Amino acid sequence: MHNHTSAEITLNINNEDRTVYVRNADTLLYALREKLGLTGAKPGCLNGDCGACTIIVDGDPMKSCLMLAVEAQGKSIITVEGLQNTAIQTEFIDKFAFQCGYCTPGFIMNCHALMTKYPDADDSVIKDWLESNICRCTGYQEIEAAIKAALAAAKGEPG
Amino acid sequence: MLSFDFEYYKPASIDEAVQLFQSLDRQGKNPSYISGGTELITLGRVNKIVTGAVIDIKAIPECLVLEKQGTQLVFGAAQSLTVVREKQFFPLLSKAIVEIADHTARNKITLGGNICANIIYREAVLPLLLTDSTLAVAGLNGLIQYPINDIFQQTLQLDRGEFLVQVITHKQETELPFVCLKKRRQWDVGYPLLTAAALNKNGQIKLAISGLCSFPFRDKRMEYSLNNRSLSMKARIEEAVSRIPAPVLNDVHGSAEYRVFVLENTLQEILAEWEGAGDA
Repeated sequence: MHNHTSAEITLNINNEDRTVYVRNADTLLYALREKLGLTGAKPGCLNGDCGACTIIVDGDPMKSCLMLAVEAQGKSIITVEGLQNTAIQTEFIDKFAFQCGYCTPGFIMNCHALMTKYPDADDSVIKDWLESNICRCTGYQEIEAAIKAALAAAKGEPG
Repeated sequence: MLSFDFEYYKPASIDEAVQLFQSLDRQGKNPSYISGGTELITLGRVNKIVTGAVIDIKAIPECLVLEKQGTQLVFGAAQSLTVVREKQFFPLLSKAIVEIADHTARNKITLGGNICANIIYREAVLPLLLTDSTLAVAGLNGLIQYPINDIFQQTLQLDRGEFLVQVITHKQETELPFVCLKKRRQWDVGYPLLTAAALNKNGQIKLAISGLCSFPFRDKRMEYSLNNRSLSMKARIEEAVSRIPAPVLNDVHGSAEYRVFVLENTLQEILAEWEGAGDA
């Protein structure tokens, strides 16, 4: 039995293996931002309430403040830096679905995972998923418009 | 940011986990089992939980079972609430789960984690109490099954070094008519005021509540009052409320008086669901 409270681990982030030395007590959010320079995931409540730190782990949205970095070994991690010109990013711009922008990466990651998993998501699914994120600027109408437009566009329907 | 350091282990078998706990405990490391591990972070960051060693049970196959086995449904303790809900084996459990935390958090919170949590709500317990489910617990004496209504007394009564492996529920019980109502002070999000879950078995109402007292519970005396059809609906509710088994919470989310008021109305909704508006 070893007696270590920190370790060198490999994380697969945005389809790239990254080696990082972490304390076992480090959250994934902390490792991403402070050890790997990936500052897209935002620290908000650090308590799993606000969703600003949302990333995608094995296809599911996860609050990176609620996950230890050591728990993420062997999993596929996507951060907002790993998304480029996706449908949801385009619609966030088109619909002005941000104000101060702090919550935006978390919303985008959650919306992107939703679109991937449930391309036919109805209003109740959208509501259930998006309740996980808080926008202090209260720009919810525009965010809802963006996800609906992105879902419609993915199906070739007018947004 | 957690201010304390801990060792991290991810055993691949029940026996390995139990032995690991014993060894770490002997070394004075105050080990803790985790499955989702969310409370380790949320309570650990404010130093309400401190441990020198974490044993993550997510790699133990028995903790990941999620299947129908004959007349029973078996839920591994390390399955996330999202996975349990989406499987739709147990509609009342799915309904209770959808009201816990939020969708993204439920991807991390596990069934076993919610049952064993420090948070007072623990709504996943309610359907299990109502269906007289069985809990499979691992420890030095092997894997032992206990009726939940025996082993869950305010909290899950585990001996040191034991951990919850599976929840087992009779399929027949999961098919009974149910009501599950979560009441918040406002809107659809935010911390709950109380949750009441009820099953109707052959006309007899079973009731379990969370958020009213400092622990989730099912109380047979309250059930007796609710089922006492010799009384008016109003009297049944009043008698049930008079039998709340512990002090009602009185906190920032709601005063005790308000919680009781909400409970009375919630019980009326439940009775109305199966008996009509009645004479309340």
